[in-house]
Amino acid sequence: MTTLEKTTDEVLQLASAHFNIPREGLSPDDDFFKKLGINSLQALDLLTRIEQHFHIELPDYELQGVSDFRTLAERIQSRL
Amino acid sequence: MKTFVGNTLSWQTADGLIELVLHRAACNEIGSETLGELERFVTALQTLQSESRVLIISSSRTEGFCAGADLRELYRESQVLPARERLAGLRDFLERIHRVMNAIDAAPLTTIAAVHGVTFGGGFELALTCDLIIADKMARFCFPELRLSLIPGFGGIPRLKRDLGNAIVRDLLLTGRSIHATKAQSVGLVSQVTAEGEALRVARATAAQLKKFDRDTVVAAKQFIKPIPHEDLRREIDIFCDLFTRPAVEAGLRKFVESTDVLPYLP
Repeated sequence: MTTLEKTTDEVLQLASAHFNIPREGLSPDDDFFKKLGINSLQALDLLTRIEQHFHIELPDYELQGVSDFRTLAERIQSRL
Repeated sequence: MKTFVGNTLSWQTADGLIELVLHRAACNEIGSETLGELERFVTALQTLQSESRVLIISSSRTEGFCAGADLRELYRESQVLPARERLAGLRDFLERIHRVMNAIDAAPLTTIAAVHGVTFGGGFELALTCDLIIADKMARFCFPELRLSLIPGFGGIPRLKRDLGNAIVRDLLLTGRSIHATKAQSVGLVSQVTAEGEALRVARATAAQLKKFDRDTVVAAKQFIKPIPHEDLRREIDIFCDLFTRPAVEAGLRKFVESTDVLPYLP
């Protein structure tokens, strides 16, 4: 598994655990707003969990236009 | 016990502790009704503070502590008033909210903001009036005003400048990014970070300790270490009003109010 794949997998695990969606129901190319059914406040919640899990700071403006797990993982990867 | 239950907030006092709880849906946006009830609280505080040692401000909304000014009300009212009346109304609102914030800031008792979730704009500014901020680990702090072509208007920058180094003030203001509780603690903004859902409990435990201290000593210490930055606060109102008349602000507010984006707080 590449580093990006590992990061993507960890993001999917986080989303699965927090939003109570089976891990196997989520894939890297899913639109996480639609798939998780979350609004902007819940997206902030996910961002906080990501920052805590990876011990990074990910400014919210870096998430502009990002809606799939794979691109989100790329943004995280650039901060590791 | 003395209690008040309003449409946007409530308070109660017991055993030397005042608890002010914000409860307006969606996330305690501060509009004219909240302002009126905050003014009522500040008036009551003149009496309550003589028999109390600690004030805790928190929110019962799951979304967070406070999302800031009620931008929808601000936009709606700006659309129905002529420009001159609009600006006079805005200045009056700012003067009133500043009086509330200054009264809480200078209150002769120890004040704690117990925050969770969204602590943005005016909500962040309310937290900054308190002596201590105790934050749930999921709390996020942000000054998004530049995204609307404005600066914070409820006293945020003067108080942030008072409390923190200028570099982090510039970072927060000029990027408009939100930071989580652990980062906020690392820069000296947050006193204690708690597990999820524990901020109020930790604030109460802290209050139980603070109530043991001699009142006169606490008041003297607070007056010495926490001056109110009156001059900067006055300038903030002037700058805010100057900026507010520009078309960019109306466009920014309209975009926010009419947005169906899942991230409406982003430009």
